[in-house]
Amino acid sequence: MTAALALGDDALVLSHRLGEWAGHAPVLEEEVALANIALDLLGQARVLLSLAGDEDELAYLREERAFRNVQLVEQPNGDFAQTIARQLYFSTYQELLYERLARGTGPFAPLAAKAVKEVAYHRDHAEQWTLRLGDGTEESHERMRRGLDALWRFTGELFEPVEGCEVEWHTLHDAWLTRISSVLERATLTVPEGPRRGGWAAGAGRQGLHTEPFGRMLAEMQHLHRSHPGATW
Amino acid sequence: MVTPTPSAAPTPPAAPTPPASGITPVEEELLRLAGSVPDPELPMVSLAELGVMRGLRLLGPGRVEVELTPTYTGCPALESMATDIERVLHDHGVPEVAVRTVLSPPWTTDAISAEGRRKLAESGIAPPAPRGAAAGGPVPVALAVRCPHCGSTETELLSRFSSTACKALRRCTACGEPFDHFKEL
Repeated sequence: MTAALALGDDALVLSHRLGEWAGHAPVLEEEVALANIALDLLGQARVLLSLAGDEDELAYLREERAFRNVQLVEQPNGDFAQTIARQLYFSTYQELLYERLARGTGPFAPLAAKAVKEVAYHRDHAEQWTLRLGDGTEESHERMRRGLDALWRFTGELFEPVEGCEVEWHTLHDAWLTRISSVLERATLTVPEGPRRGGWAAGAGRQGLHTEPFGRMLAEMQHLHRSHPGATW
Repeated sequence: MVTPTPSAAPTPPAAPTPPASGITPVEEELLRLAGSVPDPELPMVSLAELGVMRGLRLLGPGRVEVELTPTYTGCPALESMATDIERVLHDHGVPEVAVRTVLSPPWTTDAISAEGRRKLAESGIAPPAPRGAAAGGPVPVALAVRCPHCGSTETELLSRFSSTACKALRRCTACGEPFDHFKEL
């Protein structure tokens, strides 16, 4: 089931990236926040991947080319501002997508109806930080701007139609852009410029083509399961 | 990712739950037993008081299916809830217990009973405010959350996330005590 893999892999991969902050976050509250968001995403990933097959096999035994997540979620954490930029772009998208899926009658409606409430809280967290960093010091403003710019080219892929999701992708995109523009304006930031489509580097995650850091992330994520098959605790 | 016990693996919703009116006295008694299991993270409240028990069906002699709904999709306590339910029902003579996770309709904090709210507050956790049937989407953190220690409404948010997914951390500006707040969902 292509769509279950696409949505499940988005949640799984972003969950792992956020988990990498454990022990490294700038303050304890954010360590807890990012870990909590990661946990919500992991729960969503488990339900979605279970729709497509065995969750553990799918998470731990697939090769890089078999993952269908967008390239945005696999991007390295960078500094805290870049992580917040990734959260802002993705959680805004995920909330709008889940709102639409929840209204439908497809296989994702029950999960989407449940998870949209969690994701709204993630989006709010990202917005609050975007405002605080953007409208903060010169240094925080500059770092937030850099994070937003660096990830902008990965945002076009979010709106490539996913087979099996009954969603009007162009209206989803318009709603996303409106919301992002409004937050950035309030944060005294500007919507980045530059291409978001075309070129192999940004936008082929759904076809299984990933960026270079993803392989290393997978190696770490899958290492334990591959070294000790069937391990439990 | 912990390898889940087969009974606790999230499964897509299958057949719709039969109406609660169709429940037999035996099922009612077993549901009461299963619902009396304490929440693993918040042991002061039972699963019934938390509002996560969705139903119980006797499938045959000694075979029972229990429906459980998670508070948060990724709630790690779900697996121990399922194990605890199985144990209680085994102890009461049901050899075969299957616990199924259902997502629909989504759990909300409005499912926590009045008794459950009272117990949370008694244990120093500010209970969630009622969301009301008309609420759509998340409710912003309530303006006045009452301190469970001194009762003051002069409290401030310290962290939007806390020790578990369902709680936020606040502090009372009157008595100075920090406390957990069960977030409205």
